[in-house]
Amino acid sequence: MSDQSLFSIFFSAMVVNNFTLAMFLGLCPFMGVSARVETGLRMGLANIFVLVLTASAAWFLNTYILESAPYLRIISFIIVIASLVQIVEMAVKKLSPVLFRQLGIFLPLMTTNCAILGLAIFQTNRGYGFLQGVTFAIGAGLGLTLALVLMASIRESVEFSDVPGIAKGTGLVLIIAGTLSMAFMGFAGLL
Amino acid sequence: MRTTSPTEDFVRGIWKENPVLVHMLGLCPALAVTNSVANALAMSGATFFVMSCSSVLVSTCKRFIPHEVRISAYILVIATFVTLADMLLQAYAPVQHKELGAFIALIVVNCMILGRQETFSAKNNPFRSLLDAFGTGIGFTIALVMMGGFREILGTGSFLGYSLFGPSFEPWVIMVLPAGGFLTLGFILLAMGYIEHRKKAKTGKVAEVLS
Repeated sequence: MSDQSLFSIFFSAMVVNNFTLAMFLGLCPFMGVSARVETGLRMGLANIFVLVLTASAAWFLNTYILESAPYLRIISFIIVIASLVQIVEMAVKKLSPVLFRQLGIFLPLMTTNCAILGLAIFQTNRGYGFLQGVTFAIGAGLGLTLALVLMASIRESVEFSDVPGIAKGTGLVLIIAGTLSMAFMGFAGLL
Repeated sequence: MRTTSPTEDFVRGIWKENPVLVHMLGLCPALAVTNSVANALAMSGATFFVMSCSSVLVSTCKRFIPHEVRISAYILVIATFVTLADMLLQAYAPVQHKELGAFIALIVVNCMILGRQETFSAKNNPFRSLLDAFGTGIGFTIALVMMGGFREILGTGSFLGYSLFGPSFEPWVIMVLPAGGFLTLGFILLAMGYIEHRKKAKTGKVAEVLS
């Protein structure tokens, strides 16, 4: 078991090793749904929820089941994530149809979001306990949300500026992301 | 559905429909592991293996997979081969295995592989699916090695570990850091956009003259 303090895990996952900007996890939603601040924020919140559930499930699997069969790790993680996402989808649909409509396609797509599987694997590799895992998940989720919202706000203002024709689209988004990533490197000295 | 020739299946993925540079699929590995050419090669090799095997298996078994659970079935097939690739790399290329770390397991959620199963292997015979997987795999390799090359040459002044410019070269460290990944892909896309733009302008002019 790792002996990192909860605060350092949280802070490191959120800004220093930001999942999107420093570790390139969860890039699909980062490129896909970062056109509006509102959708970005909602996507981020849904991500935090699924991440926390995954971290708990991964801890449970690691402690009680996978000890005797570590080679099944990847397969069992992806099945658990797929079923978790399905259950969350059904629960949200039943409990709050409004939220379900707002999240739309992003909820089922979360199964193939590398941030979720990445979290489960990093958590296992670093040997986090239950509380550490959940803290890691919350920090990573907040970091994703932060990156999404920052990106969306920049893209909203870039829309009104005069951009050369060839730079419209993904190329520009990637260069903005690079600049953001450089800005986040400034946090590296904190821990 | 439009029918295509086997050659077309193979060639398509290499450049015209390059998974990374045109369709923007599989971006996570393309950016995360391309800080050196060796890592890019190991990653593309693993992805190539996983994609070819799962394409063949999916297209062979497509009749037995119920439509409702097909995505889960594809993911299971892919996860199985990723586990195999993980073990193979650990056994034969332990250095690369350590460098790539969690990103080998993350091949499972590479949308490019799942996308090829859903759009191609589920509808075509094993041979055509294998050709398609080869083409797309080569396209992925080209994109990754290109990025890895740019980043390694600019960031450390070497290629595959061999120094290119001698000791007077001041390495451009940012290129091997995460920010460099975003910037490299961004500039490659800008260059491709520019070439496309030039082509269009040329053909546009020809059309004008003709009319």
